[in-house]
Amino acid sequence: MNISVQSKQEVPALSFSVRVKSGVKKNWYKFSRNKLSVVGLIIVLIIVFSAIFAPLIVPYPHHAGKFVDYANAGTAPCAEYWFGTDNFGRDIFSRIIFAFRGALYMAALVLAIAVPIGVFLGLIAGYYQGTFLDTVIMRVTDIFLSVPPLLLALAIAAVLKPNLTNAMIAVTVMWWPWYTRLVYGMATSTRNEYFVKASELIGAGRLHIIFREILPNCLSPIFTKMALDVGWVILIGASLSFVGLGEQPPTPALGQMVSDGTRYMPDLWWMTVFPSLAIAVTILGFNLMGDGIRDMMAKGEYDRE
Amino acid sequence: MIVNKNDSILNIKDLHVHYRTYDGFAKVLDGVNLWVGKGEKVGLVGEAGCGKTTTMRTVLRILPENAVVPKGEIFYHGEDILKMKPQKLNKVRTQGISMIFQEPAAALNPVFTIGTQMFDVIRYSDSGKGRSKEEIKELAVKAIGEVYIPDPERILNSYPGQLSGGMKQRICIAMAIVTERELLIADEPGTSLDVTILDQVHRLLRGLVEKKGMSLIMITHSLGVAREMTDRIYVMYAGNIVETAETKELFKNPLHPYTLGLLESVPRLTGGGVAEGIYGRIPDYFSPPKGCRFHPRCRLSEEKCREEKPLLKDVGDGHQVACFKVQGVI
Amino acid sequence: MSGDALTLTETILEVQNLKTYFSVGKAEGKPLFVKAVDGVSLKVKRGEIMGLVGESGSGKSTLAYTVMGMYPPTEGKIIFQGQDISMPSAKRSLSIKKDLQIVFQDPGSSLNSRQNVRQILELPLRVHKIASKNGLEEKIVQLLKMVELPPNYMHKSPASMGGGERQMISIARALATDPQFVILDEPTSALDVSIQAKIINMLLKLQEEKGLTYLFITHDLSLMRNIATRVAIMYLGKICETAPTEDFFQAPLHPYTRMLLSSIPVVSEEEEELKPKKVVSTGEIPSPVNVPPGCSFHLRCPEKREVCMEVDPEMVEAEPGHFVRCHLYG
Repeated sequence: MNISVQSKQEVPALSFSVRVKSGVKKNWYKFSRNKLSVVGLIIVLIIVFSAIFAPLIVPYPHHAGKFVDYANAGTAPCAEYWFGTDNFGRDIFSRIIFAFRGALYMAALVLAIAVPIGVFLGLIAGYYQGTFLDTVIMRVTDIFLSVPPLLLALAIAAVLKPNLTNAMIAVTVMWWPWYTRLVYGMATSTRNEYFVKASELIGAGRLHIIFREILPNCLSPIFTKMALDVGWVILIGASLSFVGLGEQPPTPALGQMVSDGTRYMPDLWWMTVFPSLAIAVTILGFNLMGDGIRDMMAKGEYDRE
Repeated sequence: MIVNKNDSILNIKDLHVHYRTYDGFAKVLDGVNLWVGKGEKVGLVGEAGCGKTTTMRTVLRILPENAVVPKGEIFYHGEDILKMKPQKLNKVRTQGISMIFQEPAAALNPVFTIGTQMFDVIRYSDSGKGRSKEEIKELAVKAIGEVYIPDPERILNSYPGQLSGGMKQRICIAMAIVTERELLIADEPGTSLDVTILDQVHRLLRGLVEKKGMSLIMITHSLGVAREMTDRIYVMYAGNIVETAETKELFKNPLHPYTLGLLESVPRLTGGGVAEGIYGRIPDYFSPPKGCRFHPRCRLSEEKCREEKPLLKDVGDGHQVACFKVQGVI
Repeated sequence: MSGDALTLTETILEVQNLKTYFSVGKAEGKPLFVKAVDGVSLKVKRGEIMGLVGESGSGKSTLAYTVMGMYPPTEGKIIFQGQDISMPSAKRSLSIKKDLQIVFQDPGSSLNSRQNVRQILELPLRVHKIASKNGLEEKIVQLLKMVELPPNYMHKSPASMGGGERQMISIARALATDPQFVILDEPTSALDVSIQAKIINMLLKLQEEKGLTYLFITHDLSLMRNIATRVAIMYLGKICETAPTEDFFQAPLHPYTRMLLSSIPVVSEEEEELKPKKVVSTGEIPSPVNVPPGCSFHLRCPEKREVCMEVDPEMVEAEPGHFVRCHLYG
């Protein structure tokens, strides 16, 4: 392996900024040990960047909305339309980039709501392990986990009006229990660590124990899972929009584009293939990046702070 | 027992081992010289993190992936283990040298019976080749009997989880001696066990080694254990052998400041209070001190110690010490 | 050593017939219990260092944790400074928590690796309102100085420190509330002897300066010889011998004590002389679920008689201040 050799100088009392800098460098080193993680990170960065600046970079920004150009309908991939055009003559490439916006927005919002709820409930159940509260929280969690996730989301999305917001509500409802389970396991084991006992014996309050002692020790698996979950939320979102329960036309959504394309298979194959590839690459990117984050958070032998 | 160095079965020469990490190379072993004679019981004594285990892992070439050996040779019967081809190395591992690990619970696979694991050891060794199942079992039963565990048949059918810590350690010893080996490396066997059980394990190990005429390298952090178990002792500090002598001589006439400090730190059964301990702590392997690695903690250190690395020198009767101050006086 | 055991009069902690059982399911319709602590009575006088010695599974840590309120006692009373504190720690007043502190064995898991030293030491100061917001930093520097660490350790994380330094932070945390009584649960058993010596010295110095009382839990009899004023030996949840340190080591009475003493690896001839001869350690401590009838030690006892298998002996005062629970002295 080609690792540059650095001789480590004596580090006396470091200033804060230097410590942060060396922390970043070290995290990057651990993250980048696996080259695939770096590939994942690059994919993710490209996706996020292009979603944010979509109107500036896509060749036909106006194709993302209500637009019809029958003259160019069903054009195969060419220099002008990289991924071809759909049955309305809209540029598939532009629509995919715009679809990333909805997908990422959904993933961010779903995780922003589901993670705090799941983590909080997991912490509480873990702290009150063995009590009635623990039983109630964890059994409710189990009930949610026992329903096949896609089915639950479909049911909720179908009951509510089909749009992006309701799709997000549906996905959020099925997402938090995973975090509750994850944190519950971490919290119950951390709760019995000696440093928690020591704080209790000093007389620290519950809030301190839960949020200052237990929570920080649960963070690294939470972050790892979040990175992986972005991909999965996008997939679930695509599945919902595939069956028409997500973002409504004409706003582009990856699942909906795949679904539209199937009607024109195999003649207009690019209508299906490119959005599908976009979904696959996105999930792959977030998964590879998630692995890198896991490596970064892991403690190794001869690891120094 | 006095053994001539020329009869050594294992001879480690100027061994360096480094670990590659983000912070650069952790230069753990810094020129270790160590030899073991036939039928000799040798102790390797040092505190946590001094490189005892790294040394022995290098002998069997079971170092972690990020370890590199920039320099050094390990002669086993005149052949360098570090340069051996996998087949040859395998032969050393299955016939020549066996190792007992620190944690008996971790050395046994919890999902297989003791029998399954012992039979494998025999089957893959030279003495087990071409033997029938019954013969292999017989060997295993005999080995378990030798470590004084009653009812070997039942033990062979039980899982590690069903045995106590002391029993597991005995099984590990049984596995190490079940086939004929020349050299046994015991890496702090059963440090986690209680004194009364540890005492039994040590007595057993010593008895078996003597009975079978094996050589033993006993890795330990306890001078007391080394004193009771070995003929000759190597004292190790921060990847260097700092002193070696026959056990009796070492306790009668310890010379290196580190050995002295270590010996002083041991609380005595005779009372007399607690010593001060040794100032400071084991150095940072990423930027080890120049010269003698012990100099920042040494009361006697002077200019030369800070600049130049002292090498092991004989001060009489095979008593070697790596310290300028001591060498200068004698 | 501070103070003569006999001149200390005020009892600071009294444990009366304490029992801590843990339920471990059922067998044949009857509930099964682990009798971790099974009827222990103990008095600790103000200003002494009481050594509590036992092997793993003897219940010494459970006893300590019950005193700290981490486990509810099944039976019996704990009286601390004249106050009944037999309730769990959550129900104890802040002032009891302030006066009664503990240092745990494993310096790795007793400090939160996600906090820095400052955050760790801040907690007791804030909870017990020992320092104002502005005075926090100054007080933390004082605490660090007390355990002989430089002020810049404040910003270090426990993961970047050695085991000895971590244990010093643990000690600083326990002493931050200015307690009267500190339980030391094997504070040095995970450390090297040279570091152990340093920490023990510091603990002794602090004890003298602050007039502390220690209950020192350990499995190391040699260490106890050098620091304790009184020693109690525990076996299977019961105390089997207790005496002032001098008497204890000069004339150990209980067969188990003698077995323990004979098992200790020592580093000098003088110590070898002190070890009881003709005692050979055998067997292992049985599971506390199946405590043998009669004297719990009879399975391993070299001096076992008929009566030992049937009747559990009572504690008797064999000599003034020297208590033993054995039929030999009944």
